Amino acid sequence: MTTTTPSKLERILAAGHFAVTSECGPPRSADPEVVAHKAQMLADFVDAINVTDNQTAVVRQCSLASCIRIKQLGLEPVLQMVTRDRNRIALQSDLLGAASFGIHNVLCLTGDHQSFGDHPNAANVFDLDSTQLIQTVKMMRDECKLLSGFEMKDCPKMFIGAAENPFADPFEIRVSRLAKKVAAGAQFIQTQCIYNMEKFKKWMQGVVDRGLDGKVAVLAGLTPMKSVGMAKYMKSRVPGMDVPDDIIKRLAGVPKDKVAEEGIKICVEQIQELKEVKGVRGFHIMAIEWEEKVPEIVKAAGLYPRPQV
Amino acid sequence: MIIAKPKPIEEIIETTKEFKKILVAGCDGCVTVCEAGGMKEAQIVGSALRIYFKQQGMDVKVDEISLTRQCDRPYVAQLEEKLKDYDAVVSMACGAGVQFLAEAFKDKPILPGVNTCFIGVTEAKGEWTERCQACGECILATTGGICPIARCSKRMSNGPCGGSANGKCEVNKEIACGWHLIYERLKELGQLDRFERPTSPKNWNTSRDGGPRKVVKEVSQL
Repeated sequence: MTTTTPSKLERILAAGHFAVTSECGPPRSADPEVVAHKAQMLADFVDAINVTDNQTAVVRQCSLASCIRIKQLGLEPVLQMVTRDRNRIALQSDLLGAASFGIHNVLCLTGDHQSFGDHPNAANVFDLDSTQLIQTVKMMRDECKLLSGFEMKDCPKMFIGAAENPFADPFEIRVSRLAKKVAAGAQFIQTQCIYNMEKFKKWMQGVVDRGLDGKVAVLAGLTPMKSVGMAKYMKSRVPGMDVPDDIIKRLAGVPKDKVAEEGIKICVEQIQELKEVKGVRGFHIMAIEWEEKVPEIVKAAGLYPRPQV
Repeated sequence: MIIAKPKPIEEIIETTKEFKKILVAGCDGCVTVCEAGGMKEAQIVGSALRIYFKQQGMDVKVDEISLTRQCDRPYVAQLEEKLKDYDAVVSMACGAGVQFLAEAFKDKPILPGVNTCFIGVTEAKGEWTERCQACGECILATTGGICPIARCSKRMSNGPCGGSANGKCEVNKEIACGWHLIYERLKELGQLDRFERPTSPKNWNTSRDGGPRKVVKEVSQL
C-alpha cells in the first residue's frame, strides 16, 4: 500500500486496519492543561485525535495551538479547519505552520454559521468553502503551490479529510456531494454522528455502488448519548441530526442511573454492526465532554489494542 | 431593484430635532417600488414629524418633495434653488441617493430616512426578498439561475452544507436553502452533472472585497 503523506492515520488505513479517531474540544479559556489531559486519556486507544475549530461558532482555544500541543505529547493530531473565520491567506498560512510542526492530517470544513455561536454579531468570511479548502490543501501538497501559483520549497504533507452528513436532506444529494469532495481531493471522511443505522447503510450502499469506497476511507461518526435530554436535544435542536425515536425510547426505558451506560452500550453495538458494512473503514468517536469513556468504548468494541504501523 | 425599509420615526426625530426647516425628499426610483421612500412615504414621515414638533410646542417647518432619481446629477440639481429655504434634508432614497445629495449640497446636513437593505424582488404584496449581492462576476449560468452567494447563508460555492432540512436553511427555517433550490433546478434542466463538479475558489476582487467599485463605459463618455 502506498501512502501520500507521513500521516499515521493514512498508514493505518493503507494497511487495511479499521482506523479509530476521536476528538477533543479545547476549553473556552487559556487553560494549558485541558487539551493535554483529554489527549492523554485518548492516547493509547485511538490512532489520531481531531481538535475542533471553534465548534458551533463558540470561541475556544485555537485548533492549531492545541494540535501542536498534542503533537508535542507524541500523539497524532487531526487539524480541523473551518472556512468561516479565515480567508485563503490565513488558512494557507495556518496549514504551513501546522506542517512545520509535523501535523499531517487536516479535516476541511465550512463550519457552523456564526448565528449559532456566542458571537452572533460577528462578520463571517466564507472566502472558500469546505470543497475549495480540500482543493487548496491538495494543490499545496501535490503541486507544491499556493493558490496564488507561488511555488514553495517545502510543501505541507497533509492527509486530507472532510466531513459528510449522510442524513442531511434531501437524501438523494448526499452521495453526489461526497463524490464532489472526493473529486476535489478528500482521502478520508468522518461522518456526522450516526443514529439512524438504516439510513446510513443506504447511504453507504450508494457510496459503494458509485465505487467511491475505493477512493475514500469512510470513518463512521459516533457519539454516545449521555442522557435522554441529550438525545432529545440532538433530535430537535442540532441541524442535520437524525435521531430515531427508538433510540430515545431505549434510553428512557432504563433507570435514570443506567442511562449513560445504555448510551455506551448502544454505541458499542453500533460499531459492531458497522464493522460489517462494506465501505466502512474506521470509526470516529466523538464523546462530547465525555472523552474519558472512549477507552471503554474502544475496548468493548474489540478495537483495542491499536495496531502499530 | 434596491430594497430599503423606512427607519423608525423615533430615529428620524432624534436626528432632525435640532433643525427648524426640514425638507423630506423622496425618490421615485427603487424605493418607491418597494414602498420605503417614495412621495407617499415622504409624506408619512413629514406628517409624523409635524405632529411630533407640534406636540412638543416647537415651531418647525416640514415639507415634502420627491425627485425622479437621487442617483443622477440632473435630478439632484433640481433641488438647488429649493434647498435655500431649508436647513436640513431627510433623504428617503437608498444610501447612494443620500450620499449623492450630501456631495451636491455641502453645507446642508443630509439625513437618511430609510435603511438600505439589498438588491431584490417583490416576492408578494408587501414582501421583498434578496436575490443579488452584486459580486461583479455573475455565475448564474452554472447554478441553474439561482445565486448561491445571495441565497446560501454561508455563500458556499459547493453546497449545500449538512445543516439544511426540508429545503430550509439551518440558520432560519423561514429561509429557503439556496443550494436545495439549485439542485432541484439543475435536475429540472437536466444539468445535474454540474452539481458534482467542484467549483474552484472565487475571485472576490470584483465584489466589495476589492474596494469601492467603478464601471466605465467609454463609448458613453465621448
